[in-house]
Amino acid sequence: MISATIIGAGVAGLCVARELCDRGAKVKVIDRNLTQGPHACSWWAGGMLAPFCEGESAEEPVVRLGQEAADWWAAKTDAVNKRGSLVVSMSRDVSELTRFARRTDGHQQLSQARIKELEPDLGDRFAKALFFEAEAHLAPRKALATLQDRLKSDGVLFEEEDADPAEYAQNGLSIDCRGFAAKDDMPTMRGVKGEMLILSCTDVTLHRPVRLLHPRIPLYIVPRGDGIFMLGATQIEGAAGPHVTARSMLELLSSAYALNPAFGEAEILEIGVDSRPAFPNNLPRIQRKDQLIRVNGLFRHGFLLAPAMARMVGEMIFENKTPEVMDEAAA
Amino acid sequence: MRDFYGTTLPNGFMLGTAQYPSPAILADAFERSGASVATVSLRRESGHDKAGQDFWKLIQDLGVHILPNTAGCHSVKEAVTTAHMAREVFDTKWIKLEVIGEEDTLQPDVFGLVEAARILTEDGFQVFPYTTEDLVVADKLLSAGCQVLMPWGAPIGSGLGLNNLFGLRAMRAHFPEIPLVIDAGLGLPSQAAQAMELGFDAVLLNTAVANAGDPALMAQAFALAIKAGQEAALADPMEPRDMAAPSTPVIGKAFLE
Repeated sequence: MISATIIGAGVAGLCVARELCDRGAKVKVIDRNLTQGPHACSWWAGGMLAPFCEGESAEEPVVRLGQEAADWWAAKTDAVNKRGSLVVSMSRDVSELTRFARRTDGHQQLSQARIKELEPDLGDRFAKALFFEAEAHLAPRKALATLQDRLKSDGVLFEEEDADPAEYAQNGLSIDCRGFAAKDDMPTMRGVKGEMLILSCTDVTLHRPVRLLHPRIPLYIVPRGDGIFMLGATQIEGAAGPHVTARSMLELLSSAYALNPAFGEAEILEIGVDSRPAFPNNLPRIQRKDQLIRVNGLFRHGFLLAPAMARMVGEMIFENKTPEVMDEAAA
Repeated sequence: MRDFYGTTLPNGFMLGTAQYPSPAILADAFERSGASVATVSLRRESGHDKAGQDFWKLIQDLGVHILPNTAGCHSVKEAVTTAHMAREVFDTKWIKLEVIGEEDTLQPDVFGLVEAARILTEDGFQVFPYTTEDLVVADKLLSAGCQVLMPWGAPIGSGLGLNNLFGLRAMRAHFPEIPLVIDAGLGLPSQAAQAMELGFDAVLLNTAVANAGDPALMAQAFALAIKAGQEAALADPMEPRDMAAPSTPVIGKAFLE
């Protein structure tokens, strides 16, 4: 029987644990802090499963691999809403919408009447939108909690410890899923700062994630249900202060206000900031050296790409198949 | 090629480092562009953290001259503080000075610009001021110690090209010895070629490359256009005229029905 120790209980670690457990491995998950919370990047995820939208700026593998995500999460957590996603722009930025449409697949142009049908709270404000029907979203915290609970009841052990994956690799298969905490072992990785807000606003109802395009301040807003919204996210290179800046907050809130002025009355429940782990091409990588496997660099695509990464780790361990995102240089 | 504070650049291409899909694509775009200067913007929150350093290292690894800028600064004080931080992070006296005065057009606040330029020059900086085509402002910037001027072509990120040809021509004619760089507003290589044909010494752009579907290919296209425009200016172009002028003599030619 194959047994594996996974270090890191964020989205990457839990997905790999699920995949290996389903294939019959004996799995242990170690994290320095097992309580899901603001110390982990995954805690602040938007939870959009939007591979086609991401294709606007991300490379082809993100679009292709990301299409595995919605079904995977639906099967493993029941936390998925498959209602598509919507992209709009203010009329003065309509060229952004044209560009977005040209750079992406899998969308249809909506008339104002159709927007009103789908999202009554937006229809009076936007004459045009792109609808990505095949996309989905999930509640990230609920999804991770469910994943962890089910793994526990399937016999996966969870331990709290600040562990070094290299040490565990001395005595068996060790999988490093620590995200940005693995920075010292993966020198080409950098952190890309992200800032986000969680709002409560009962005056606005949205049924699916909405992206508001803007040349400088693109925004997404993801409904979490019960009048709760996730507002994100900045993407700042070369900065990783532990706090949200006033400017970022102003920009996020004014974009939400532009989407629907009723957000002016929203209450700010949480303010989040974290560093997304990313390699220079912003694509994820798997490294392997003997018994030590490292999975990292999921950038802004944690929930979108973790299922495909987990599948590749499973195929590598059980079928000896080389992952397409294998970082050969690091072997 | 005129020199910029004593540095002679191999070409007139200055390229920004913001908004690329990834650092790998940024590096690719620089390689294909052959750009000799990379501009990089600092935010005042950065520069004091390990994670923050990684991106600066990527920029330094491009192996070109680095021109840090004070993008997004709205006051003299902000711009001066940012310039000091940039000097520390990148170990250069060069600073592209932006003091933004108006949010919709990102038009420079020329009064703040002149003041900040004076403060920074006295402090040993070599200032590249982002300004308009206004000749009086240009003159005051030179008096404040600037030895380079960077007039806008059009508002930042608009891609509209050279909006005021008359003004830019006048500027070139008025300051024949000062290195002039078209900064901001270029969307297409043809517009960059036009700037160089007018006799400008360099162009600085970012969005046109970073937001293209294939940034590296667009960077290469701009490099070709800049070279074409620069050589055209050197070649002393013909004067346009209102009437046709046949390029081969007609007299003596046999006319057939």
